[in-house]
Parts: sequence; C-alpha cells; structure tokens
Amino acid sequence: MSDLALAAEPATEVKPKANALTRLALFDRLFHWLTFLAAIIVLLLLAGVIISLIEGSMPAIRAFGFGFLSSQAWNPVTDDYGALPAIYGTVITSMIAMLVAVPVGLGVAVFLTELCPHALRRPIGMAIELLAGIPSIIYGIWGLFVLAPFLQGHVQPALISLFADAPFLSSLFAGPPYGIGVLTAGLILGVMVLPFIASISRDVFETVPPVLKEAAAGVGCTTFEIMNHVVMPYTRTGLIGGIMLGLGRALGETMAVTFVIGNAHKISSSILSPGTTISATIANEFTEAVGDLYTSSLIELGLILFVITFVVLAAARLMLMRIERKAGG
Amino acid sequence: MQIERPLPTVETRAAVIDPAPHAAASAKPAVPIKVSVRNLDFFYGDNHALKNVSTPLHLNKVTAFIGPSGCGKSTLLRVLNRMYDLYPKQRAEGEVILDGENILGAAVDVNFLRSRVGMVFQKPTPFPMSIYDNIAFGVKLYRKLPKAELDARVEEALRGAALWEEVKDKLHTSGLGLSGGQQQRLCIARSVAVEPEVILFDEPCSALDPISTAKVEELIDELAERYTIAIVTHNMQQAVRVSDYTAFMYLGEMIEFGDTNAVFTAPKQKKTQDYITGRFG
Amino acid sequence: MSLYAGRRANNIVATFLCWAAALFGLAWLIMILGALIYEGAKGLSPAVFTEMTPPPGSAGGLMNAIAGSFLMSAIGVAVGAPLGLLAGTYMAEYGRYAKITTVIRFINDILLSAPSIVVGLFVYTVLVAQMKHFSAIAGSGALAILVIPVVLRTTEDMLLLVPGSLREAAAALGLPRSYVIWHVAYRAAKSGLVTGVLLAIARVSGETAPLLFTSLNNQFWSLDLNAPMASLPVVIFQFALSPYRDWQQLAWTGALLITVTVLILSIAARALSAQRRRG
Repeated sequence: MSDLALAAEPATEVKPKANALTRLALFDRLFHWLTFLAAIIVLLLLAGVIISLIEGSMPAIRAFGFGFLSSQAWNPVTDDYGALPAIYGTVITSMIAMLVAVPVGLGVAVFLTELCPHALRRPIGMAIELLAGIPSIIYGIWGLFVLAPFLQGHVQPALISLFADAPFLSSLFAGPPYGIGVLTAGLILGVMVLPFIASISRDVFETVPPVLKEAAAGVGCTTFEIMNHVVMPYTRTGLIGGIMLGLGRALGETMAVTFVIGNAHKISSSILSPGTTISATIANEFTEAVGDLYTSSLIELGLILFVITFVVLAAARLMLMRIERKAGG
Repeated sequence: MQIERPLPTVETRAAVIDPAPHAAASAKPAVPIKVSVRNLDFFYGDNHALKNVSTPLHLNKVTAFIGPSGCGKSTLLRVLNRMYDLYPKQRAEGEVILDGENILGAAVDVNFLRSRVGMVFQKPTPFPMSIYDNIAFGVKLYRKLPKAELDARVEEALRGAALWEEVKDKLHTSGLGLSGGQQQRLCIARSVAVEPEVILFDEPCSALDPISTAKVEELIDELAERYTIAIVTHNMQQAVRVSDYTAFMYLGEMIEFGDTNAVFTAPKQKKTQDYITGRFG
Repeated sequence: MSLYAGRRANNIVATFLCWAAALFGLAWLIMILGALIYEGAKGLSPAVFTEMTPPPGSAGGLMNAIAGSFLMSAIGVAVGAPLGLLAGTYMAEYGRYAKITTVIRFINDILLSAPSIVVGLFVYTVLVAQMKHFSAIAGSGALAILVIPVVLRTTEDMLLLVPGSLREAAAALGLPRSYVIWHVAYRAAKSGLVTGVLLAIARVSGETAPLLFTSLNNQFWSLDLNAPMASLPVVIFQFALSPYRDWQQLAWTGALLITVTVLILSIAARALSAQRRRG
C-alpha cells in the first residue's frame, strides 16, 4: 500500500504547503483567543456595572438600610434621603407611557400589517422607525417648549374643571395647571416608546404563517376577527415580550422625562403636579452632589433602577426567545 | 466469491478488485490504493450513521458511491476530509489511511489534510469575490508568488476546469455572476488550484442542467489522470458513465464494492441487484 | 343577519381605531420634526459652526460642543465597534454551539436596553472617581460601552446569515478557521456589519445621560482628552433648561443638528440593508 504514488504530486509541493500552514497556525490561535476575550469582556462589563453600583451604594445602604425604599425624605442639608418619590415617579410615568404606547403601538402594527395600502407600507413603516430613532433629548426639549405650554394652556385646565366634582378623579386631576408634571412626562414617554412597540409587534405579527390567516379568512372571518382570534393568540408571548421591552425602556429613560417632570421630590395624588423619577433625580443632582452620603444615595437610586429594569428586560427576553424558537422552527 | 463486507487486508482487497473468473473480461493487475477506509463507524450524536465501513480509493481512478437517500454515502465522503470536525456532535471511529497515515488521528493537521483532499459540493459556492480571486485565494495561502506566476496558476486552474475560454475576459467580475454550471466548474478550478492529491465530489451535478452535467463529467474523466477521485451520486447512469469502481451502500453499511462494470452487470449482492434494477430507491 | 351586522360593525370600528393610531403616531412625528426644523433653523448660521458656546446674554455658536461630540463619539466607536465585532464573531463562529454564547447573548440584550444613565454611573465610579476629575476619556468610555451591544448583536445576526455551505467550501480548501472568517464570512456579511456600526453611531450621537457626569461640559474650545469636554447633548441640556433666550435658541439649533445626523445615519443604514436584500 505504501507504493502509492505521490506520483500524482511532486514531493516538493508538500513542504511549502505544510510550512505555510504552520505560520498561519499562530495567527489562527491568536484570533480565536482575541474573539473569546472580547466575548468575555461583555460578561465582565455587566458584572462590573453591578459590582460598582453595589459598592457605590454601600455608604447609603449602611446609613438607611431598607428604610431608603420607603422614605420620602430628600434633604441634602440634613443628609437624609429616601427613594420612594423617585420610585413612585418612575413607576407612574412608565404606567402612563404604557397606557398610551401599547394600544397605539399595537394599532399601528395592525395597521401596517393588515390595513395599510401596499404602496404606503414602506414609507409609513419608515416614518414610524424614524420616530424611534429620534434621541430622547429631542423629545425632552420639544416637550418642554411645545407640549408643556400647550397642555398648560388648553388641556390641563379642561381636565381640572372636567373632573372637579368626580369623587376619585378630582384628586387625580387636581391642582394648578403647571404644564410640566407627571402626566406630561408620561405622555412624552409614551410617544417615545410607541414606535418601539409598533416595530416589535409588527415583526412578531409577520411570523404568523399566512396559512393560518388564510384558513380563518376562508371560513368568513373579518380582518379584525382574524387579528383577535388567530394572530393575537399565536403571537401573545412575543407581544408581551415586546411590551415588556418597551416598559424596560420607559423605566430607564432619562432625558425625555427630566425636562418635563418638574423635579419635585414628593408624591402627590394628582398626576398634574410635578414629581421626579430615579433617572431624572440622578441626572439633575449628581454633579452637584456634595458629600459621600448624597452621592452614595444617588448611586443607590441607580442600583434600584438597574435592578427593576434588569428584571423586566430579563423576563422580556425570555419570552421573546421562546417565540423566536417557535418561529425559527 | 460471496463477500458480505470487504475484509481489511491488502490481499483480500486484491481479490475483491479481481473480478470472479467467470464474469470478467481480462484479469486486471493490482491497482495501487491511495486512500483506505477501514472499519469506519460514524455518529451524529447518538445516531450510528456509518457501520463498520471499509473501502479503498484507487490511485488515479474514479470511485463512485451509490445508494438510496440516507445510506451514508455523503457522510462517508465528509469523513475523508474531516469536514465533520466543524460540528460538535459528530465523531468518527476507525481508520482512514492516506499514504500510510491515519487521517483520523488527533495529531493530524486538519487544514493540511484538506489541502491534499479537496471537495466539490452539491451546490456551487463561489466566494463573494472576483473569479480571479476565487482561484488565487487558495493559492496565495500556500505560496508567495509574483503576479505573473499567480496569473499563470489561475489560468492553468481555469483551463483544467474547461472554464478559461468562457471567463478569460471577465476575470475580475464577481464569481456570482456566472451560470450554475460555470460556477460549479469555478469551484472545481478552485479545488484544483491548491494542488490536491484526492478530489471528492458530493453530487456535483444534481443542481446542474444536462449540458453542464456533461461538461463536468468530461472534466472528471480528465482530472482522474492526475488525481484520485471519489464521487457520490444518486444517478446510477452517471456512475456508469464516469467511474472505474463503484461502491453500493445501504443504511450505513458498505454492501458491495467492485469494478463498475461488474457491479452493474453482475452484482454479487441481492440488495445491489434490487437497487440497480430500481426495485427500491 | 344582525349577528353579521354586529361583527361587521366591530370590524369597522377596529379599522377606524387602527387608522387613528397610525395617524396619531404620524402626527407626533410631524409635530416634533416640524417644531424642530422651525425653531432650530431660526438659529442656523455660520456662527453656529465657528464660534464657541457663549456665556448667557451674548451671541455665540456650538463649535466646541460639535467638535467634542464628534471626537468622543469617534473614540467611543473606535473602541466599542471592534470589541463588539470580535465578540459577535466568537459567538457566531468559534463559540456557535457553546453554552456560554447563550449567556452572553442574553447579557448583551440586557446591556442593549439598560438605562444609559446607569452606564454613566458605572464609568463615573470606575474612571472619574479614580482619576479624581471629569474627562473626555470617561465620556468616550461610556459611549463605547453603549456601542458594544449594538455592534455585537448585528455582527452575530449577520454572520449567522452567512450560509454554512460557503464556510465548508472554504474549509475544504484547507483554509484555517480565521482565514475562513476573515476572508469569506466577513466579506459575505460586509454590508450588514457596516449597518451595525452606522446604527451604533446613530445611537451614541444623541446620548446625553452617560455624558452628564463623565465628560461633564466645557465652555471653551478643548480637545484635551484628560479634561472635561463639551458635547452637543449636554450643552442642549444646560441651555434648554436655562431662562436665557439666546441659550434656548442655541439649544434648538443643536437639537436640529443632532436629529439631522441621526436621521442621515439611519437612512444610510436602511439603504444598505435594502441593497443587501435586493442583491
């Protein structure tokens, strides 16, 4: 068997080939390790963020303990801080944002996948994505100079007088029309998050196999009934995942909110009054914070925000992974 | 001589090569063997895809592997250049001897092996580069050549694939702009350019029209003068046209191996007979 | 018959609501962009690009802020994009079947959507507090951390789209893995990878929060990386919330500049991916 021919191939050809490959082998290993290192750095980044937040919060944690979460105080003079108004504001503005963004976002997604004339589908889809790409500071500045005065002059007085005698709603819509405040911030946030939800919902709707929709149409279902009874149940997990992603964005949003929330460290029942959110507090006060406890309290706020968004985002990703797997087969 | 499966010795193999006295024309002298597969088992995860397969590839001859879908012929081919190494759950046990060395060993430089054992795939896969670069790419890896010499190598490879006349004026256009048959010949030229010793063809014509198929088959015939060829095909007529030896596989086992004429006119196994006559497919 | 009429009515109402939703969304886009162009264009003049940010009450421009934004974004992308690219390469190529890749993908998606102000806090504690002063380096670092997840995600997605048959064909020639990746996979995914970088640049162009307490701000012209540096978003933040008309005008103009940049980058990214889908 060993008489075989290297007759087809001159022996001189083999050596340079082997040499060339050994030279490359070193670069090959290097590249492999480089990519692995880069991948590990991503892991380290997250670990680093968590660790640095915890470490920075330690003075505040030691000083206030769990009381930090329930305290409404915010006094740089006496060095007494509490997170409750900020947490409250973050949650309320996000809830208002979701109330706006979810129905409208889903509506836009349904519109784009079912109702929109085909020629307009691309441009309108692009327009919605452009809305998503506008940086949040633009929303903030627009909210401050355009939306807030408008709400102050026209909408808020109307709301106040409309609900003046209603039992619960009068306190919800009470107080002088500042223009800025929790409602305005929630509204701006909603407009920011809506294209995001519209975009993800549209992607999710497009994973529905056309045969399912055709089968429903075949028995006489109207467009809306197809959406309701076939598409929505099929995509439910993905939709919820997308909505939670939007919520995660809304919770962490800073600039759009900071401009119009009013920066008042208090909780009031009326959504027309100013308030604050975690990110707005940090954005406004961090550079002026004097003293370790002040800075540390702000960092602890950041930690709380990170934990909240992490939980929401992790749940969202898990849901989306499930639907990706279902669609991808 | 009834043979259930080829036995792993050179002597017995010679007997296999030699057609039975009553069947053949002239007795052939023993043809040297370039690659010898011995007791090969292959697993996709837990799936035992190849079972104790043994077969030779004769030097400068064309060996065809035929069999119904799922019989393991492509799997076998992909063991010969250790293509399965790219995927985690696939593993091979046994021996594949190329020039006295077991290529399944851990110490083997797989990249070097693949430069000696080339492969042409079912679907033509030109790289996203110009025709020239497609060929030069592999060559530049192994040798630093001045431009004139590189040009010569590219031309030689393209001539060897019967493609030169058709593309010599558009060497710097994208390889993706060629027709299916031309792309496949480009892939063949690409494999030839790195000067292999063995070329494996995995159903190379199944995506091509009859004219391109004829051209590729003609090419394989010419290439056999310089290289050892193995071809997997589900087209039995192609096996007859193109190969010197044929191996019939079924459900992961090597059922029969022999001279192509012998296998198709007087197969020794009933299963081979049934497959060839179209009893099952 | 009335049942059918009821269903039809439902459908009409739902259709109307969906159209209303779409118009609602578009209306906001028009209102915002409209106000931006109207207010921002008012202040557009060559001075914006040639003069520095002024003290309140005097005329000036945004040149130091524009330069600062440009420089820090450039450094952020120069650092973050290669990291994201390499990590994405690992996940799509070497580590495609590894368990750690699933973990990294999950973590990366969290980082992608995490509040950017938290990234600012991280860079503050790691760089600013250690260096004991604000600096453009810290700002660039924060931006780099925002770039990595975007580029990583696109890189992995695009590389996964490259057909396995192409890689096998390259491997069959005896090409080492890195060669296969570098010369075949990258080449095939090229426009997708560029799209990822464009999207990352668009993202960091408008980011404010992470710069607030890393690069801080700078009234004067400065390209010193070791010192605080002006940036458009931070300047807008400061000027818009002030009571001075000139400052507010400059804030609008700056906002217009940022939006135009982001829109151009987004459109370029979109054009690239449309071209890829066609070709």
